[in-house]
This record gives sequence, structure tokens and C-alpha cells, in this order.
Amino acid sequence: MPDVVGTPLERVDGQAKVTGAATYTADHRLPHLAHAVLVTSAIAQGRIESIDAVAAASVPGVLAVLTHENAPRARGRLGRDAEDNHAIQALQDAEIRYAGQPVAVVVAETLEQAREAARRVVLMYKETAPQLGLDPVRGRSFRPRHVAYEKPDTARGAAKTALERSPVRLEAVYTTSRLTQNPMEPHATIASWDGPRELTLHDATQGLFDCRARVAKIFGLRPGDVRVVSPYLGGGFGSKGPVWSHVIIAVLAAKHVGRPVKLALERPQMFGPVGWRGRTRQTVALGAERDGTLTTVQHHTLAETSTFDSFMEPCGLPARMLYSSGTSVTTHRLVRASIATPSYARAPGWATGTFALECAMDELAWALGMDPVELRLRNHADEDPASGRPWSSKHLRECYRIGAARFGWHQRPPQPGVWREGGRRIGWGMATSVYPTHRSEASALARLHDDGTLLVETGSQDLGTGTYTILTQIAADALGTSPGRVSVRLGDTRLPESPLSGGSQTAASAGSAVHEAVCALRAQLVRLAVGDAASPLHGAPADAVCVEDGRIFDSRVFGKGESLESLLVRQGRAHVETRATAAPGPEAKRYAMYAFGAQFAEVRVDHELGIVRVSRMVGVFDVGRALNARTARSQLLGGMVWGIGMALIEDTVIDGRLGRVVTANLADYHVPVDADVPDLDVSWIGAPDEHVNAVGAKGVGELGITGTAAAIANAVFHATGRRVRDLPITLDKVL
Amino acid sequence: MKPFAYRRVDDVPAAVRAAGDGARVRFLAGGTNLIDLMKQGVEEPEQLVDVSRLPLTAIEETARGEVTLGALARNSDVAAHRVIRMRYPALAEALLSGASPQLRNMATVGGNLLQRTRCPYFTDPAFAECNKRRPGSGCAARQGYTRMHAILGASDACIATHPSDMAVALAVLDAMIDVTGPDGDRSLAIGDFHRLPGATPHVETNLRPGELIVAVRLPASPFARRSHYVKVRDRASYAFALVSVAAAVGLDGGGMIRAARLALGGVAHKPWRVPAAEEALIGRRADSRAYADAADLLLQGARPLRDNAFKIELARRTVVRALTVAATRG
Amino acid sequence: MPDPAFTEPIGGERALAPAWINGVPHPLPDDPRVTLLDFLREQLGLTGTKVGCDHGQCGACTVIVNGRRVNACLTLAVTVAGDQVTTVEGLARPDGRLHAVQAAFLEHDAFQCGYCTPGQLCSAAALLDELALGEPSAVTPAVERVADIVLTDDEIRERMSGNLCRCGAYTNIVAAVRAAARAQNAHGRVR
Repeated sequence: MPDVVGTPLERVDGQAKVTGAATYTADHRLPHLAHAVLVTSAIAQGRIESIDAVAAASVPGVLAVLTHENAPRARGRLGRDAEDNHAIQALQDAEIRYAGQPVAVVVAETLEQAREAARRVVLMYKETAPQLGLDPVRGRSFRPRHVAYEKPDTARGAAKTALERSPVRLEAVYTTSRLTQNPMEPHATIASWDGPRELTLHDATQGLFDCRARVAKIFGLRPGDVRVVSPYLGGGFGSKGPVWSHVIIAVLAAKHVGRPVKLALERPQMFGPVGWRGRTRQTVALGAERDGTLTTVQHHTLAETSTFDSFMEPCGLPARMLYSSGTSVTTHRLVRASIATPSYARAPGWATGTFALECAMDELAWALGMDPVELRLRNHADEDPASGRPWSSKHLRECYRIGAARFGWHQRPPQPGVWREGGRRIGWGMATSVYPTHRSEASALARLHDDGTLLVETGSQDLGTGTYTILTQIAADALGTSPGRVSVRLGDTRLPESPLSGGSQTAASAGSAVHEAVCALRAQLVRLAVGDAASPLHGAPADAVCVEDGRIFDSRVFGKGESLESLLVRQGRAHVETRATAAPGPEAKRYAMYAFGAQFAEVRVDHELGIVRVSRMVGVFDVGRALNARTARSQLLGGMVWGIGMALIEDTVIDGRLGRVVTANLADYHVPVDADVPDLDVSWIGAPDEHVNAVGAKGVGELGITGTAAAIANAVFHATGRRVRDLPITLDKVL
Repeated sequence: MKPFAYRRVDDVPAAVRAAGDGARVRFLAGGTNLIDLMKQGVEEPEQLVDVSRLPLTAIEETARGEVTLGALARNSDVAAHRVIRMRYPALAEALLSGASPQLRNMATVGGNLLQRTRCPYFTDPAFAECNKRRPGSGCAARQGYTRMHAILGASDACIATHPSDMAVALAVLDAMIDVTGPDGDRSLAIGDFHRLPGATPHVETNLRPGELIVAVRLPASPFARRSHYVKVRDRASYAFALVSVAAAVGLDGGGMIRAARLALGGVAHKPWRVPAAEEALIGRRADSRAYADAADLLLQGARPLRDNAFKIELARRTVVRALTVAATRG
Repeated sequence: MPDPAFTEPIGGERALAPAWINGVPHPLPDDPRVTLLDFLREQLGLTGTKVGCDHGQCGACTVIVNGRRVNACLTLAVTVAGDQVTTVEGLARPDGRLHAVQAAFLEHDAFQCGYCTPGQLCSAAALLDELALGEPSAVTPAVERVADIVLTDDEIRERMSGNLCRCGAYTNIVAAVRAAARAQNAHGRVR
């Protein structure tokens, strides 16, 4: 049978999604379910002086109003813990640390009653002035312990001298805005105590087992006594990775009222309490010879974090590895602010860092009078400058070449600000995309039934990424069967453990586990056949026995075989089952593993009114093997749409005096709408990476947002002659 | 939402009766603004009188050449109506630029006029200082984030803008608003319908308690065909205006301006019209210099806030753009 | 003509007529605060329609009422007495055959996480009817010329801009709507 992996198989969960049958967390109905609505802080910093819950409690149907005064105590730590989980606030004290912090929860029979009662909770605060700046004021910033588990500062060679001696130098400051992930599905949790020490959670989470572990720890339970379920997840983009306050509050509420409790966040509650991408201020210095050879790459990042927890947007990571240069320096510093703690947003550090670095490279290209693509090629790193290791695979040169050809880059007018057409100024820009290839240990179960159908199970997540589908394909190929005979079960901690869906690692992790489990199943079937006196394959050498298309047969002799069904039925087995655990091997230490790409953008600027529109984009990516052409393309397209939002539109604004978010809804916080998104052309090189994992895939979920904003900003410069270094590029910056 | 009584009425007199003195009673038509504000806890009526089924949906030409829009005509129906498109294109454009298809299907002409500001310090009751929501409490917006706020006609008490696109187009079409109430029927000119904030920003229109809008009348106009609406916003669709302009020009055969109408949206508590700016265009050649001069007059007295200074220049240029396109129309 | 919203008077006070949800009559809730969205999800168990923002700002709750697409979150359930409401669960034919937009979304991978998809589908289905009626959009050139709408990609984008998709499936959504429109033109009204 031809391979299914790589083909554009239609999503196996597609039918459920287009008929409304797919059940997301808040869709689940349980007997005796009560509804909870969160109340959040109106002030950014201070203390709760008093809470008057009398009016709220008197609303008919209200079962409980929990505040720090009466909420059950959580046993485990809620601060940043040994596992590096974010600090959360679950009604344990009166301190207010950010606007939007949960301060109470109302539980009622109906959602309407809970909402009404929540509005009636009266809080009196003692407010102190919030601190909100992101200024590099000496003495206010500090170095984080780590950035994405790497060192916060790196230095290679005599960078300062190299910069001073460079004939061409570029130094600029770039800023990125506070971006809120805003998946379409609000965070939601249904907590149900099935016994005094048994808990079931339906939770909108990107990490079932991380959720289980943290909840168990906080409540003093064994992980095995907590079940977390999430078969369908309405997007996450990093915000559903950590376990946030509302999850713990839902569990506390359920314990208090003795009934299952459903708590779904309201959209304004999605701005802060569940993390966001914090603002950054990045200083990039590049030094080069006159022929464009880089002598130094220096990247300094200042980012905001909360007053009570530290999270660093790791913007300096691309600068460490993307280009060859004699010397380099990267530093990361944090400034505390009275805001909710920033957290993981699509391509943390990589989306933001490539913006600054790729704009700086563009500025350098203009200073040199060089084609921006040529500058990238001139400084192409043939091995990883950060670690010295060889790349597991790298086809970036082809990405530039093919992307430039598809885009028509060679026709680019060399001067900025001169190309006009149809009342618009037109500009072209490009940038490099890069994202690391991650992989974690994962386990899977494979079960062949006596009707020939195959079930694979793993406790992984599909948040629109296509996990259900690619695992179907991997399993089908491993057993040589058709995808129609395969079903995949995900989204439950009762299934074998799989890592959090973040860092674009799911295909590599769960995919490898499924591959190994089904391969082990295949080997088991061969053993069963060969050892069975009643089988036509009895005594055949194992390496001559093939499993394909529902049959097991001797490859040496035509017609010598039987169906898998007959094998199982004859042996009286209802099914045959194997488990496997797949883990990264030494390849992670031997190779530097990254996915790459090149993006080209065209903007049309209404120069009089300052309106920038992206009119087309081309992205060519090196993702190793694309497991499913359909879902891979969709992931890359989605990343590029995020890049458009990041470049032109998105900004979470906090009132400078009061510390409250003034864009805490989807009318004031703009995400891209359909009309913002033009033709996007996505393709990939397709060469499998031999080293990263058995399936040869390098991850596609986050690559698409890296470099995009820079390509657009660079195009704006080409169109207008105006260099905008502060995102988003709103019309007032172009006017 | 707080509990409320709901009743539906069949005819206009019943609606007027049901409104009583109007204090804690609200008419419900499309609900796109009212229900939103009720969920926010900004509007808390004790009674909703559902007028959505009243026979006020017709869009008709009268014998006098006027066009009457029933107050309950849906925004999408008005925008799609052939007479509106042909004779008052700026109105169709304004409506089509507003909100989303779903909201345009729900929203009515009357409701569109009565929609309230999008100022976040108003829509979020967690901001204690808002003279609209709580007269006398102050204005948190003044020292806050003011990108979407007024550059014209603001007061110390309030810097909010009116978010309607339709109202800006109606302003240049010299629309009349027909209302009925406990004291009978009357009409208000569109320019007298909305108020500037002054010291009483909580009083947004000159409607009297219990009055119901029944129709909007568009006078016959020889030059409304040469009208255009330009909306400038932060994303390509489904967003409120930073600045918008409705413009209409009447030209003679030689390219000279005989008549002009200009109104700005997104910059004040009501659509902003300045008669002097329109008069200054009459007799001038229809070119960008004339338009720029009109824009200057229209923007006279504009005062920037910390985050919206760009609106002044943007408005100036948008006026020129709108007039340029309007003049080439028809 | 009697208002279809009311049933015949029983002892004086008129009762509200049921709402017809996917062809099935359902009595409306007593509490007028209940939105159509909550009525569908919480009381009828029709959880296909989603809560995205609850304030008419995202389109995830889009349903079709009397042939028009609307946001269910800003519609009080009591106001749809006597009305025909179609949700995503009612788009396919009783025999299970998918609506043209559903089939097109599947074929063109016009979704990823699927959460906004029910709203996108109802929007797209209604969009096709709007096209047939010649309703213009903000990007229709020369709105003053009343003529058939030419369905360009820009028209599709604008007409679908009331449905946010954070996964960024817009490129494929446009392709799917284009394909569904083509299918409808080829076979007449699809339903």
C-alpha cells in the first residue's frame, strides 16, 4: 500500500467539527452540574478590604459565594513551584497583584443566576499605585534565572571590540506589544469530585498530564486519582499550557458545594489571568564588513513580568544561532509591573526575537546597499553557532531561493518609497523564519481488534493542530492498513502519557510513540503467526513475514498467508495490544535541530491615510517531512495570520494610571479578521530530517509566525521609506 | 443581567403607553447595543418593551420624493435597498461599513441612532469615574487611553465619541427623525437629535422620556447621489471608526461646487458638521485645494488628547478623500 | 394578520409561541434574560453553537433566524417566538447529507480547532442567500449600481469578517465559500 503519511488526508475529526458534534469542555453536561462564574479584581495593586456577598448570595439559585475569607485552603504551593509552574491566585489571600485577578467565585444552579450574582458581589479595595512602565531604568531590571531553560546571557568572542571595529554598524531599538492569545474557546473547567480523594476534570488544556500533576499536588492527591479529559480543544496558542487560577478555583468550588461545577471564563477574563505575551524592548546591534559578512550579532531584551512571578520572553534565542558571525552577545532582563504574569504565546521569544533581528538585518542590508536575501545567504550558518553542532537538517538556502522565485523577488525596485500603483505605495520585504525542534517522551497503546480495526491511544491533545489525523496516518502506515480502519483516541489521562502540546512537539513526541507502539504490535503479530502451528506462517523466519492491508503473509511465497482477523479469531483473541514509550535519543545532543523558512511580504500602503494592508505573502519552509499536507499547510497559514496580527493590529492596552486592561474584549482588542488576510502562498521543501525522530518531522505549529512581522515591517519600509520599529504598525505610525 | 419584565407590543400607541415615564423602561428593537450594555451592567432596565414587531419596517418613497425609513428597518435592508443605493449611496456605504453582517441583520435604524459610546471607561463599570454612567463621578478617560476619543466638541465632563456610521451619513443628508410620545408626534432634524456632552453627558439625545422613534425621513436631494462615506479604522473590517467622513457635493456643468455637505464621525459626541465649512466650498472649483480648505474649517477648534493627536491630520486627509470620490460619483 | 409570535389567548394573557429550532418546536424559557445562545446550549442541549465572547464581537454564536444570520448571544430567546431558527446541527439534511458549505469546509480544510466553525458555517450558508438576493457589501464597487454581485475573494473576505478565526483558517474558509457558491450556482438552491 502506498504511504498515507505525507498525503493530504482529510481530518478524521472533520465530520464532528462541521456538524457541531465535537464536544469542547463547556459543552459537556453532567448530572447535578452547577455553574460557576468568576469575579475578578477591578484594581491592579493593593488589598481587598472587604467583600460583601450578601446580595449575591440572596440571588435565587445561588449555592455558594467563595472568597479568600471562606474558600477551602489549597494544600500545595500556588506560587511558582519546583516544576516551574506559574504562580496563581486561587482565593487564598486578600492581596491584589493585577487587574483581573480572581477574587471570588459564585456557584449557582444556572449560568444566568451565577452571572447575575457575580455582578452583585461588592468589593472594597485599598488601592496602591500600580507600576506599569517598560523603561530600561537603571537598577529596576533584573536577570531571570533562565530563558526557556537556557542561560539568560551568552557571549561569544570579543563582541564589543568587534562592533567598534566594524566598517558598517547598525544599532536600533525595536518594541513589540502585549499580545493576548485569545483562542476562540474561552478557558473552561468542569470539576467533579467522584469521592473524597477522586477527581475528574474536563479542562480546556494543552497539557492533560501537566494539569493532572499540578492539581494532584495542590490538593494532596495521587496523580492516579485525578482524571483530566479534553477530547476537543478550541485553540490554545500557549495560553492553555499552564494550569491557571480558575482550574484550582473550580476544584475548590466543587469541593465546597459537593457537586460538579462548570467554570468558563468570560472573554474579558481572558486578558491577564491566563497569561499573555508580555511587551518587549529589544536592542539589536549588528556589525559587518563592507561585503556584508557579520562580525557581531548583539541582542539585548528587556521584557515585562508581574510583581510576583518571573517569566521571560526569550527574544535573544534566534540571535544566538541564526547567522554566522565572529562574535555575539545576548542578554535578557526583566522589569516588574503590576500586571498578570506573561506566559507562553505562539513561538515565545522566536516570534518576537525574529522581528527585531530580521528588521535589523534588513536595515543593515539597506545600509550596505545589498539585497536582503543576499545578506542572509552571505551569513548563512553551516553549523549551529550557539552549540557548534551540525544541523540535523537545514534547507534554508532552498527556502530563500524558492521563496524568492515564487514571489518574484528579483523584480524588486531597489529604492524605497518610489513604487506607486493605483493610488497605493507598494513595498516588498522578506525575513527568515526559524523555530527549534522539540521532542519529549511519550507513550502510546496500539490495539488490533479481531475485526481487523486498529485503535491507538495516547494522552495527547488536538487543538486544531491535526493530531487525530496525523496519528491515524502514522498508525496506518506502521501497520500497512488503510486510515479508514484506524481510530485514534486522545485527550484523557487514562490513556498512556503524552507531553503537553507546546513547542510544536506533538508530532515528534506522540507520533514517535504511536509509530513504535504499532511497530511493536506488528512484531507481536508476526510472533503469534510464526509460533502458531495452525497458521500458514508457522515456522517462517520473522524477517520474511509481512503485514499489509489486513493480511499477514510470507513475502517469499505468493499466497502463503492469512487475514489478521482469522489469526486472532482462531487464537481466541478478541484483540492484540502493545504499549510503547518513545523518548528522544542522543540525537538531541549530537545535532542542532531547527525548522527554517523564508517569508516574503507585499504591502500596499494608502500613504495619505496611513493604512497598511498586506496584499500577498509567500512562505517557503523547511519542516522536515510534512506528515499531512493539509494540516501542515493550515498550521503554517495560521502562523502567518498571527504574524499579520502581530505586525499591524494587536495590542493589549493597560490604562497607565489604573492598571486595568482597556481592551478586554474582542471589539477593542483586534485580532485579524478575514478581510485583513490576503492570498497566502505556503509550501515546504519536504526533505525528511533523518535525525530528529522516526517520522522525520520538525514541527509546524509555530514556525509560521516567526519572521512574518519583520517581513511585513520591512515591506512597509520599502513602500514608504519609513522604518517603523514599534509594533503594531498602526496607521498613526505611518501617517 | 438583572431581572427585568419583558413585554411585547403590537402597535405604536401601545408602545408609548408601555413606556410610562421612560425612566427604567427601555424599548428593545434589535438589541445589538442594549443587550450588550445590559450584560455589562451599564444598562439596567426594569422593563423591556419589545417593539421589534411593530409595523415600522418599510422603506418607501413618498409623493414628495422623500424616502422614509421605518425605525425598525434592519440596517442590512436599508443598505441593500435600490433607492437608497442609487439616491443616497453614502448612507448605504455607511451602513455596510458598520459592525458585521450578523449585527447589521439585527440592528434597526432607530437603534443605530441610539447606540451609545464605545469608550471603555463607560462600557466597563469597574471604572468608577464616568459622568455618563454616574453623573458627577468624573471622567476616567481623560487621563487614560484616548485613541478612540473626541477631538471636537468635548467637555471636561466627557470626551466620548458617537460610534454610529449611519448617523454621520444621515447628517449630510439632512435627515429628519420622526418620533412619537406621550405628548404626540414631532420631528427633529438629525443635527438636533444628538447632543454634545457639555456638563450633562448622560443626556445624549433630545428625545423626551417615553418617546419612540418611528421613522427617519430623507429629503429629496439633487446632489445626494454624489455622496460618499469613508471609514478609517485599525483593521480592515468589523471595527469602529478612528475617523470617518460623509460627504456630498452638487456640481455644475463646469466643475464648480454648487452645494456641499460634510460630516465627521469618530471625532465627537455626535456627527460633526460645520456650516461654514460647507458654505466655503460653494462657488469653488471642485479640487483638492478647496477640499483642504473646507477640512480646515471643519476641524477648527480641534483639540488633541494624549493618544489621538493623529486624528486631526487623518480627519483632514479623509475629508479630502471623501469629497474627491463624492465629486466623481454619478 | 395575527402575530405568529403568539399562540391563541388562553384565559386572557397571551402565551408566547414556541420557537422552531431546526424544524422542531420548543417552548421558550420563562426568564426573559436567557439569550437564544444559552437557550440552545443550556436548555436544549444543542451545544454546536458556541460561546466565544457573549457580546456580539466574534460571531462564534452565529445562527440563522428566519433566513438571516444573527448573533445568538445578543438575541433574547423570548424574541424568537414563532421564528425559524437553524443551527449548525440543522444544516445537514435529515438523511445526513451535508449542506454545501459543510462539504466545502471539509474538502478545503476550512477549520483547525473547529470552535468557530459552527458560526462560520451558518454565516456562510446565509451568505449564499444574501448573494442570491444581490445584497451588497462594503467592498462591492459602485454600490449605487444595482446589479448581480460578482463574488470575488475580497467579497468573500468582507462578508465573512463577522466570524473571527484565531487559528487563522481564513485562506481555506475563502476557498470553501467560493466552492460552495459555485456548487450552489451549478445546482440551484442547495437544501
